[in-house]
Amino acid sequence: MSNAVSTARKTAPTSARTDAGQNGQRNAALAWLTVPALFFFLAFAVVPLAGVLILSFTSWDGIGAIGSAGMSNWFSVLADPGLYNALGLTFLIMIASWLVQTPISLLLGVFTAGSQRYRAALAVLYFLPLLLSSAAVAIAFKALLDPNFGLATGLGLPFLAQDWLGVPHLALGLVIFVIAWQFVPFHTLIYQGGVRQIPKSLYEAAEIDGAGTIKQFFHITLPQLKYTIITSSTLMVVGSLTYFDLIFVLTGGGPGNSTRILALDMYLRGFRANLMGPASVIAVILVLIGLALALFLQRLGGKDKQGSQLEGM
Amino acid sequence: MRRLNVPAGLGGWIWLAIIIIPVYYVVITSLKTQSGYFGQNPLALPAQPTLENYQMVLEADFAKYFLNSTIVTLGAVIPTVLISFMAAFAIVRGKGRFLKLVNGMFLMGLAIPLQATIIPIYLMIIRLNLYDSLLALMLPSIAFAIPLTVLILSNFIRDVPNELFESMRLDGCSEWQTMWRLALPLTRPAIVTVAIYNGLHVWNGFLLPLVLTQSPELRVLPLALWTFQGEYSVNIPAVLASVVLSTLPILVLYVVGRRQLLSGLTAGFSK
Repeated sequence: MSNAVSTARKTAPTSARTDAGQNGQRNAALAWLTVPALFFFLAFAVVPLAGVLILSFTSWDGIGAIGSAGMSNWFSVLADPGLYNALGLTFLIMIASWLVQTPISLLLGVFTAGSQRYRAALAVLYFLPLLLSSAAVAIAFKALLDPNFGLATGLGLPFLAQDWLGVPHLALGLVIFVIAWQFVPFHTLIYQGGVRQIPKSLYEAAEIDGAGTIKQFFHITLPQLKYTIITSSTLMVVGSLTYFDLIFVLTGGGPGNSTRILALDMYLRGFRANLMGPASVIAVILVLIGLALALFLQRLGGKDKQGSQLEGM
Repeated sequence: MRRLNVPAGLGGWIWLAIIIIPVYYVVITSLKTQSGYFGQNPLALPAQPTLENYQMVLEADFAKYFLNSTIVTLGAVIPTVLISFMAAFAIVRGKGRFLKLVNGMFLMGLAIPLQATIIPIYLMIIRLNLYDSLLALMLPSIAFAIPLTVLILSNFIRDVPNELFESMRLDGCSEWQTMWRLALPLTRPAIVTVAIYNGLHVWNGFLLPLVLTQSPELRVLPLALWTFQGEYSVNIPAVLASVVLSTLPILVLYVVGRRQLLSGLTAGFSK
């Protein structure tokens, strides 16, 4: 990505000979071209964003009239242990997903970027999960984990025959595993691209110096992948706020509330319990977390002047 | 670099098993009869392979859901790419505070989990009398996809050498003509890439259809899968046949244009 960003910043100087009036006209004509995109974005992204803030101060059941509620939604949600449960789970799943997915994706990215033919062949199969919808993945794993007619019997591994969806910590582990199964291929693809951009000459020089594969990995590959790691991590972390559909179909937030992350909590409060006000409070919190994380990660990669990671998303 | 790396190879095969076993299980189970499902080893090939599950899924109106998904995907992706391309062109070619502001706003849009806006979107769609229509799914999908699409397309338009723009200008072409005759053909690969990326997201999207539609005849595939598994939870082979069927079109795309699809999937994150 750092490449794309650097080209982004190399804006070519416009000809100095054009006079100001002509330029003004040109810019006005160009400004009109942004209007359709601007209209859609304002109408269906910016207005709803403002709307969610407003709705957090109202009471609405999703059908009837909308009434003012003052701060009461905020007070009730902030006093609700359910919020802290959802917050904790969201961050737990975020961190666990990052810890599981990053090393696997990075290693697989390096692996599939290699020139050996069998690696290219394996890569074709590695990327299959990318084609599936979250609903399809969740349904497939539910069937797969059936204690009698699934993997446990198929492989003859009794320890796989657990009540995966019925025991809180198992359900949580399962969610993290299935998320990794679905998203590691995407990040592998990003790392594969990053590895392919590392100049071959670095490895050739290391080879001459007698550095082995492991040394090369830690002294060339890993440092060269710094910006790829930040891009991938940003996508992973901000993306983890929206694992809604997978968890919704897989566990529905259960058992109990043990996998009820923020996005799911918002949906269940709003569209199941018909409490749109409190659900909007959760939505506002979700937006704030997303923004804070993106800014934090951007700062993390911000040492390099051209490397705005927001642009890398 | 040609040394045999045994641990890497081993890891590679293990990961292959993790990926392929679930896929294999889904496919073979979808070809089993009910008695085969209950009687055979779950990972054994079907003793009497059958297509009756697929027939059953197709009879449960899957062709209709397939059509709905296609309409929503095309109806969202084509406008997204078109208007984002125009905006990206203006952002790259123009100057001034307005265009900077627009660009900054789209960049902000990247950091916001837009799913969080689902409640006001639901409200707006009701007020616009669009609740329970396919158009209701397209409009927010377009808005959600604009920021990333503009970003990627503008990165590619910046790669077009400035001399080409200059010569167009000297030939007396307007910006409008320059956009269609020069920038569009030169960024075609990028356009295909973002179209694929957005297309997959809309095709596989679940939250918008879940919240914004209700009628069975307006279901898109992921939603249909979900309701199907609720209704036929006793018939796992049929449920898994529906999973296979819903993925089939994208699988065909993968086989035909793997490179294009994969570059579309990362949408230039590793350009």
